[in-house]
Amino acid sequence: MISGPARVLEYDLHLYRRVWRGSVVVSFLSPLLFLAAMGLGLGGLVNRSAGGVNGVAYILFLAPGLMATTTMQTASSESTYPILAKVYWERTYEAMLSTPLRVRDLVFGELAWLVVRLTLVAVLFFAVMLVFRIPRGPEAALAIPAAVLNGLAFATPILAFTATQTRDTSFSAIQRFLIMPLFLFAGAFFPIAQLPQVLQAVAWLTPLAHGVSLVRGLTLGTLTQSGALVDIGVLLAYTLAGGVGAAITFRRRLIK
Amino acid sequence: MDPLISARGLTKRFGDLVAVDGIDFDVAKGEAFGFLGPNGAGKTSTMRMIGSTSPVTAGTLRVLGLDPAVDGPRIRARVGVVPQLDTLDMELSVRENLVIYGRYFDLTYAEAGRRADELLAFVQLTERARDQVEPLSGGMKRRLTIARALISEPDLLLLDEPTTGLDPQARHLLWDRLYRLKQRGVTLVLTTHYMDEAEQLCDRLVVMDKARIVAQGSPRELIERYSTREVVELRFPPDAAESMDGRLNGLADRVEVLPDRVLLYTANGDAASAALHESGIRPESTLVRRSTLEDVFLRLTGRSLIE
Repeated sequence: MISGPARVLEYDLHLYRRVWRGSVVVSFLSPLLFLAAMGLGLGGLVNRSAGGVNGVAYILFLAPGLMATTTMQTASSESTYPILAKVYWERTYEAMLSTPLRVRDLVFGELAWLVVRLTLVAVLFFAVMLVFRIPRGPEAALAIPAAVLNGLAFATPILAFTATQTRDTSFSAIQRFLIMPLFLFAGAFFPIAQLPQVLQAVAWLTPLAHGVSLVRGLTLGTLTQSGALVDIGVLLAYTLAGGVGAAITFRRRLIK
Repeated sequence: MDPLISARGLTKRFGDLVAVDGIDFDVAKGEAFGFLGPNGAGKTSTMRMIGSTSPVTAGTLRVLGLDPAVDGPRIRARVGVVPQLDTLDMELSVRENLVIYGRYFDLTYAEAGRRADELLAFVQLTERARDQVEPLSGGMKRRLTIARALISEPDLLLLDEPTTGLDPQARHLLWDRLYRLKQRGVTLVLTTHYMDEAEQLCDRLVVMDKARIVAQGSPRELIERYSTREVVELRFPPDAAESMDGRLNGLADRVEVLPDRVLLYTANGDAASAALHESGIRPESTLVRRSTLEDVFLRLTGRSLIE
C-alpha cells in the first residue's frame, strides 16, 4: 500500500513549504559561489601550472565532484536533526503511529522525502553547472539521479544511526569525522590517485568516492561501463544496507 | 453483545520488569471505563496495548473484535488516542494539527477541514485555529489533543491521565467535554490517579496496583464493598497520633493511622466524633466526610493514591 508513505511524505512537504524559498536560494547560490571561487579563481592557477586535472580544465573536474559532496551533505543534515526531532524531541512519530500508519510507512515516507529533497538540490546544482557550460551533452543530465543515489547511500545508514540516539552530540562527530574528511579527500578536489596507497584503498571503500566518480563520469561523458557498474553497485549496497538497518532501528526505537 | 475490549491474562513485560501481570477485564460499548491506580501501576502500558501501539507480551486482547497483533492499523483507524504527554506538532498551527492528523486516516483535505472546524468549536478553540500550539495553556493543549483524537470519529477514545497537571477550572471544562462525548455514545477508556476524576467520569473501573487488578466495579459498588459510608478525619499534634491507636479502636469499624492524619471508618461519622469527644480525646481538627475511592484504594493497598 502506497498511501502510508505518501502521508508521511506529505507531512514533510507541508513543513518544507514554509522554508522552500530560502532553501532554494541557498542551494543555487552556494554552488555558484563555490564554482566561481574555486573553479575559476583557484582553477586558473591549477590550469596554468599543471594544465588542468586529468586532461580537463579544473572547473570541469571540480564541479561534478562538488555536486556529489553537496548531496552527501544534504543527506547528512536531513537524516540527523529533523529525524531525531520526530523520534524523540517532538515525538511526531509517536503521534503518527497511533493512527493507521506503521513503522514501515515512516521509513519509506522519509526515504521518499529524502529523494525529493536530494533531487531538488541536484537539479539546482546541475543548473549552476549549465551556467558554467560544464555538462557535456544531454546524457549529462543522468548526473542528477546519480547524485541523488550518492545522497541516499549516506542518508539511509545515517537514518538508521539517528534512530538509536537520544542526544544530538554524535551528529557533530559525524560531521567532523565522516562528512568533512570525505568532502576533502574522496576525490572531489583532486584525484584519489594523489593520496598515499593505503588511503586510496580506504577512500574507495566509501560511497562518496564512487558517487564523485559516477557523477563526474556522467557529467563529462567519460564514464566506462565497468566503472559505472562498480560505482552504482557500491552506492546501491550502502543504500539498501542502510535502509534495512533503518527499518530495524526505527522499529526497535518506536515499538515498545 | 460482544464487549468492545476484552482482555484475558493480559501481560506486558519489558525485559525483567513486569508492567502488566495477567489482568482480565471487559469494556462494553458506550461505557466510560477507568483504570485507577498510582503511577507505575501498569495503566499506561495497558492503554498502549489497547491502542495497538505496544505489542502484547502474553495473554489475549481483542479490541473491536480484532487482534492487535494482526490488525493493528485497522484497530487504530477506529480508536482515538490521547497520550499522557501531548504529542501535538509545534511546527503546525492549531487547525493544521487536526487536518494533517486527519490525513493519516486517509480523510480528504475537505473532509478533514470540515471536521477540524467542528471539533475546534466543540473544544472551544475556534478563536485559536490559526495560532501556533506552543503558547496555548496546558488545558487548551489537552483539549486540542482530544479534538485531534476525535478527527477520525473513533468508536473508542483512550485517554491516558487526561487532566494530570491541569488547574481545577481546566479540569472541569475537560470533564464537561468528555461527559458530552459519552452522551453521544463514544466509549471512553481512561486512566487516572485522581479519585474524583474516576468518580465523576467512570461508570465502571478497575483499581490497579503493582501491575495487577485488585478490585473492579462501579465507583459506588467499590465504596460500599471496601469502605464504610462515612469517614472521620482527625489531625493530631505531631507524635500524638501513634499513641492514639489503641484508644481509638472501639470508636469505629476500622482505624487507619497515616503519617499526617487518622481516619475512622464508620457508618455514622457524627456519632463517632461525638463518642470521641466523650472519651476525652481532643484532636486538633475533626472532619466528617463521605467515603471516596481514595479510601477504597487505601483499604486495598495500604497506601495513598498520590504519594
